[in-house]
Amino acid sequence: MTRAATEGLSGEGVGLRRVERFPIRRVLLVLVSVITALFVVIGSWKTLTLPAGRGYSAGAWRDFLVLGVAQGAVFALIALGYSLVYGILRMINFAHGEVFMMGAYASYFFAAAYGRSGFLDRSPALALLILFAVAIVVSSSVAVLLERVAYRPLRRAPRLVPLITAIGASLFLQHAALGLFGAQTQGYPRPDALKGSWSILGVPVGRVSALVVLVSAAMVLILSYFVRSTKLGKSMRAAAEDQEIASLMGINVDRVIMLTFAVGGVLAGVAGVLFALRFQFVHYSMGFAPGIAAFTAAVLGGIGSIAGAALGGLALGVLQSIGPALFLSGFNVPSPFQLKDVVTFSVLVLVLIFRPGGILGREEVQKL
Amino acid sequence: MREPRWLARVALVAVLALVGAACAEEAPPGGGGQQGVDCATVEFGCVEVGADEPIKIAALQTLTGDAAALGQDQVYGLRLAIDYLDGSFDGTPGQILGHDVELVEEDEQCTAEGGQAGATRLAADPKLVAVFGTTCSSAALGVADTILGEQGILLISGSNTNPNLTAEGVHNPFYARTAHNDKIQGAVVAEFVYNELGARKAATINDESPYADALAAVFRAVFEALGGEITGFEKVQSTDTEFGPVLTRLAEGRPDVLYYPDFPQVCGLVTAQARDMPAFADAILVGSDGCASKDALDLAGDAAEGWYRSGPDTTGFQGGDFYQNEFLPAYLDQFGVDAALSVFHAHIYDAFNIWKEALEKVAIENDDGSLTIPRMALRDALFQTSGYQGLTGTITCTELGDCATDVVIAIFQAPGWPELDPKAEPVYTDTKSLQEVAEQYGV
Repeated sequence: MTRAATEGLSGEGVGLRRVERFPIRRVLLVLVSVITALFVVIGSWKTLTLPAGRGYSAGAWRDFLVLGVAQGAVFALIALGYSLVYGILRMINFAHGEVFMMGAYASYFFAAAYGRSGFLDRSPALALLILFAVAIVVSSSVAVLLERVAYRPLRRAPRLVPLITAIGASLFLQHAALGLFGAQTQGYPRPDALKGSWSILGVPVGRVSALVVLVSAAMVLILSYFVRSTKLGKSMRAAAEDQEIASLMGINVDRVIMLTFAVGGVLAGVAGVLFALRFQFVHYSMGFAPGIAAFTAAVLGGIGSIAGAALGGLALGVLQSIGPALFLSGFNVPSPFQLKDVVTFSVLVLVLIFRPGGILGREEVQKL
Repeated sequence: MREPRWLARVALVAVLALVGAACAEEAPPGGGGQQGVDCATVEFGCVEVGADEPIKIAALQTLTGDAAALGQDQVYGLRLAIDYLDGSFDGTPGQILGHDVELVEEDEQCTAEGGQAGATRLAADPKLVAVFGTTCSSAALGVADTILGEQGILLISGSNTNPNLTAEGVHNPFYARTAHNDKIQGAVVAEFVYNELGARKAATINDESPYADALAAVFRAVFEALGGEITGFEKVQSTDTEFGPVLTRLAEGRPDVLYYPDFPQVCGLVTAQARDMPAFADAILVGSDGCASKDALDLAGDAAEGWYRSGPDTTGFQGGDFYQNEFLPAYLDQFGVDAALSVFHAHIYDAFNIWKEALEKVAIENDDGSLTIPRMALRDALFQTSGYQGLTGTITCTELGDCATDVVIAIFQAPGWPELDPKAEPVYTDTKSLQEVAEQYGV
């Protein structure tokens, strides 16, 4: 491309052409990545060799890891929603964070009632199943409605249009929740059975964290089975590959797209309950920050790929939890966690320099 | 389509010309102050209030968002102050020097951007004498205080507590406050945990707001001056929900005390997540007046048990007969809400009254019934306020604009917070002045 452009220009000197050909961008990128990588390696080394009393105990690293995995598992579930929709429509559904919020909020009303009546503590398993069911139904309904009302009429429009619509839908849902439920923060009850921690292989793990990781892992497995082996899943993959040819093969693409949104909504609903159980609150703006984080996770892992979204979520969660302490403490940064986002986005840039499609970029893994 | 647009432009130019002419005509009389004030040369000039015109003031407060209740409370406080100008809370507003008082309300949204937008709109009004606000320090610091100060408009706050607003070199000469300076709150908390609870190691967490950052910094400085050790301090975002990693890091220092002067969401989540960790299961957890909300307690759930929080002492007000028997009933009667849970209406009420006293000292009553108010003289008179007996105590302004001198800070322990139980008694109170804090700890 560069060569064609320069050769097309007549009367340019040979020297200029050589300068043009010198891959200055590439060299700069490699330089940036080498510096960042050196910073990370030296920082980690310095942190790990800090004298006792100033460094971190093994217990702290273990806690960082457990917390990071639990946080990452929720990111992964939300990221899957972004990734599925992107895979099939090539659009970023920025309202996905609000789909997540709606599910969590809907389950809150049941959770609060069960908490008051004692049902939540008496039969926690049944109560949790109902909470998940409520969140799943509400989140996937919101997601399907969103697709039907806000995105389908614009499917043939230029790509910027649905993007702006998505931002508008996100604001609409947020303010609808504000109007319906109010601006106050609501405390989400946690059943007694989930208080405290379990000892897993001698490592104390918070019961909620364990539940979050287990449920997320199960959801990812079910999803990959669904997409890989069921007829509906196969039609989703076909539509993601090429909508026109898929419809020639007798697949109702509109229905498949609706199904994709519904599946994303299911995952967001599950994530909503897990998030609410973990942090014990719901709020009308609670979807925004996890939504952005999950979008980042989807890009990091390779947007459009299921394994990528799951891996990206985990990587982001662990990075946010361990990264600041590991990379920055060695340089005597007084409050390393205030640079949490700097750390995560530096790593994101580093990954994208070498793999523009994300860790499991599109070239490597089949979409969907 | 073309012609109307062209016409509109001509019309606009014509209107502008008319406005310009009107302004030009108005300017010279403004310079005609009598009785030794030459409004044309004196710095910031004068406000001319015509014979039947009201004196214009504004409330620049948080009227939307999470902190809206705090701003609304102060708007009500100001309305009551105007009502009481005639000596009674009868719902009919009184007058100052024979002029009505007009109150303009402006929202600052508890952000620097909101403060800038609101202050810019207000500063454009040449008739505006004073602004009462802001609610949040972030809306004032370097934004509203500067924008209004450049026009010589006083900004008097009943709820800004950030120390930087009245710090040497940062303070804007037209900024004053009747709220306490957070240096006092930070010092009282540090003394409480060090002397009363015997804590020797402490850690702090604060969000990005100037309020939280400064309060945590004062606490650390005083705690170290007392002989304690700061084992770590962390900064978080007010939108964060996951504090596990931050707490894990701070737990490595084995602090006896965790101090987090933040806003309700961060306060509540930190409390819940800290109590979940073995290292903080028995630690002393302390929040500040920013945590003072039912939301924070809801978020913390069972973990709130034993949680301390500091704040201005509202129980101290209960002694005042005027406040109890006249002010509070009038508040409930006129606005339909119970004021007893907040304190800012009282601070802003005092702010209005010291401003009124200063105004009465310097305003020149012209023969035609109009008022000439020299801005610089009004500012000087306000800053000379000394020994005024207000609702919140004795008010004496310093050169740097701190008018609340002796401040009573109370510490409450959950579930005995006034937010849950209006009759809750503090577990500790202390009265301090800024001067004492500065001399003892050098902050």
